[in-house]
Amino acid sequence: MSGEAIAFYMLAVLAAGSALGCVIATNIVRMALCLLGTLGAVALLYFLMAANFLGVIQLIVYAGGTLILIVFGIMVTSRMYGEKLKPRRSEALIGALVVLALFAGLVAILWRGPWVTVVPTEQPNSVAAIGQALLGTYLVPFELASVLLLAVMIGAAYLAQPAARNGRGTEREE
Amino acid sequence: MGSILRKVAFPIFLIGVAAIIVIAWVPALLYGTVDSMRDDLGRFYKWEPRGEHATLTLDNIRQYLEGSIAGQSAPAAHIRFGRSTAAACTYVLWLLQFRITRDVLAVVGVVGFVSLFAMFAIWWERKVAARMQSRLGPMRVGGWHGWAQSLADGIKLLQKEDIFIAGADPVLFRMAAYVAFIPALGLFIALPFSAAWIARDLDVGLIFILAMYGVGVLGVLIAGWASNNKWSMFGAMREACQMISYEIPLGFALLVPIMTVGTLRLTTIGDLQSGGFQTWLAFRNPFLLAAALIFFIAALASCKRAPFDLPEAESELVAGFHTEYSGFRWALFFFAEYAEMFAAGALAAILFFGAWYSPLPAAWGESWRHGPLWQQALHGVVFSGPLWLIGKGIFFVYVQMWLRWTLPRVRLDQVMYACVQVMLPLAMLVLLANTFWEWQVRDRSVLGTVANLVCTAVGAAAVLAIIGVGLYGFINRRRLVGTQVVKHLPGA
Amino acid sequence: MTIGLTHYLILAALLFCCGLFVMTTKRNAVGILIGVELVLNAACLNLVAFSRYRVGTIDGQIAALFIIVLAAAEAAVAIAIFVNYYRMLATIDADKGDELRG
Repeated sequence: MSGEAIAFYMLAVLAAGSALGCVIATNIVRMALCLLGTLGAVALLYFLMAANFLGVIQLIVYAGGTLILIVFGIMVTSRMYGEKLKPRRSEALIGALVVLALFAGLVAILWRGPWVTVVPTEQPNSVAAIGQALLGTYLVPFELASVLLLAVMIGAAYLAQPAARNGRGTEREE
Repeated sequence: MGSILRKVAFPIFLIGVAAIIVIAWVPALLYGTVDSMRDDLGRFYKWEPRGEHATLTLDNIRQYLEGSIAGQSAPAAHIRFGRSTAAACTYVLWLLQFRITRDVLAVVGVVGFVSLFAMFAIWWERKVAARMQSRLGPMRVGGWHGWAQSLADGIKLLQKEDIFIAGADPVLFRMAAYVAFIPALGLFIALPFSAAWIARDLDVGLIFILAMYGVGVLGVLIAGWASNNKWSMFGAMREACQMISYEIPLGFALLVPIMTVGTLRLTTIGDLQSGGFQTWLAFRNPFLLAAALIFFIAALASCKRAPFDLPEAESELVAGFHTEYSGFRWALFFFAEYAEMFAAGALAAILFFGAWYSPLPAAWGESWRHGPLWQQALHGVVFSGPLWLIGKGIFFVYVQMWLRWTLPRVRLDQVMYACVQVMLPLAMLVLLANTFWEWQVRDRSVLGTVANLVCTAVGAAAVLAIIGVGLYGFINRRRLVGTQVVKHLPGA
Repeated sequence: MTIGLTHYLILAALLFCCGLFVMTTKRNAVGILIGVELVLNAACLNLVAFSRYRVGTIDGQIAALFIIVLAAAEAAVAIAIFVNYYRMLATIDADKGDELRG
């Protein structure tokens, strides 16, 4: 077994285990911690696939930004000993059945899929290549993404401002 | 006990210094030996450079060391091995050719360095704080200036009861300390101590270190939440606010040197500054100098050091996010903090202040690099090498401590104001100005040279001023401090 | 056997299914967001695996890059909405937000 295979299986177990942990956990912060495990493992898988830049971006934007935002949101909206929001039995059962069927179907298809693969080549300077692609071929999506981010920034600031616009707003300090 | 410690203190100090100097160049030398051996043998046996046969066998190495292969070159040319020495070295060198051995060594080195550095820094911080307040600081344990204080504290922390509060979330409370500590270790994977001294030379090393800083915050957040304590929670929230806000000017400040050198690989950035003091990036043009300042302030806030230590403001929040922690887990948070402080200093050194090169141009020592062993060792100490980077990093850590015990803590709204309304526009302006500079002014042009010279002069003046003030303080140490201290100062 | 495209695709399928389950059954709104992140991660993993083993260019990485950026934007807006939701209803239970029902 090559080093790559060992690394892949370890990371795959970590990613899948964390994802299953997300499914099982009832405590919302534990879910976030499990998500951290998945994000980290997927980032390392990117490193394994020689997508270094993407792996680092995954760590810095996802784990260092989005996930902190999520934990922040949890802290504002949940209490440790508040009501436990457990999924309803029936919903969980139906969901599990559907998802398991879907997973079985996907695996069956993927396993037998006649994939035409190429031998992976190492990009000599993938960071520069990504930069050139972003400002060349993908310039329009790149600019659109920046406009979107601006809109999101303004929108999120507007949505989250503590003005009592609604009569039903419960006065609560954050 | 005390007298024994007092007697061993000086030998331990000497051995430590000697060990550091030896460690500074031995691995690089060994790795170089293995690699050149592989090249030599490959040429001899006509191997493919990266083919299957690139793995050396024990016999290959033994023959090579004994000099029984015809046509071989350095290093066995000037290190003659006897039969028994060769047999002993064979196994070591055979192990060293595998990447996994080097990785294991790197991990051991990183863990050892982080824990040693944290212990040293905690003791040092107490001494710095004490001297700034005309106190003595720890003086008893170990004899010479209480050098073993951190060791004693460590032993105390290990055997302390691991308090676990009833209302806390059991899993998260335990995990949080590790989530904070592991990224702090992880960032040393990509942090080069010198060109050869790096666990993994990533082509995205710089962003990797930033990402590790970002992930570390999560541990603090979870620690605050899992403690089920209002003050811990506030501390954690402050930390998250501060960290996320200051990452933006930090990133902008880092873009400036990246734009100038055009790479994210830290070893390349370091190697560009090998030509002596005036080639250090901070002195190349005024905007890089400004970026270095912005980077340092933002890194200060990211490491939650004073004056930005709102997350652990003891006058407001008891102790912030680690209020409920004790024993070893508490120590882990501090190890992480000091590791991040050192990494911030080292990163500042790599990006702006000449990395692992001394102020002397590295080209002057080129002949020493290929000379006999003692010259190689001397080259590793005088011109470049991990000692320089560690020294620079420790200097920046000292500046952080200095600021902590000099400046008052600012309010949270002031922290946010300083970030969003001062630092961020400033960083953007510097980035924009540097863009135009790189675009219009070339390095060899008159303006570029003048700017380089002026910045170098400013930097040299600053360095000389710091050395001068330090010397002045050292010479006049009897006059400047209170009488209590004078009686106990060394040599008094 | 060597690690190939299929391995990554099956792992991504597992992540996707976990995310889907989390999205459909969790009642905590932030939990649903976590499910969405899992699904997006699975998609990113697929894209990168395809770009490495099927196409051999970096286009898949660029697409994954955009997904990561959009996920960050989406999380920011979602958290802002949840904070507002919590302020109005004093709960984060997604099932309680049924005021628009006739």
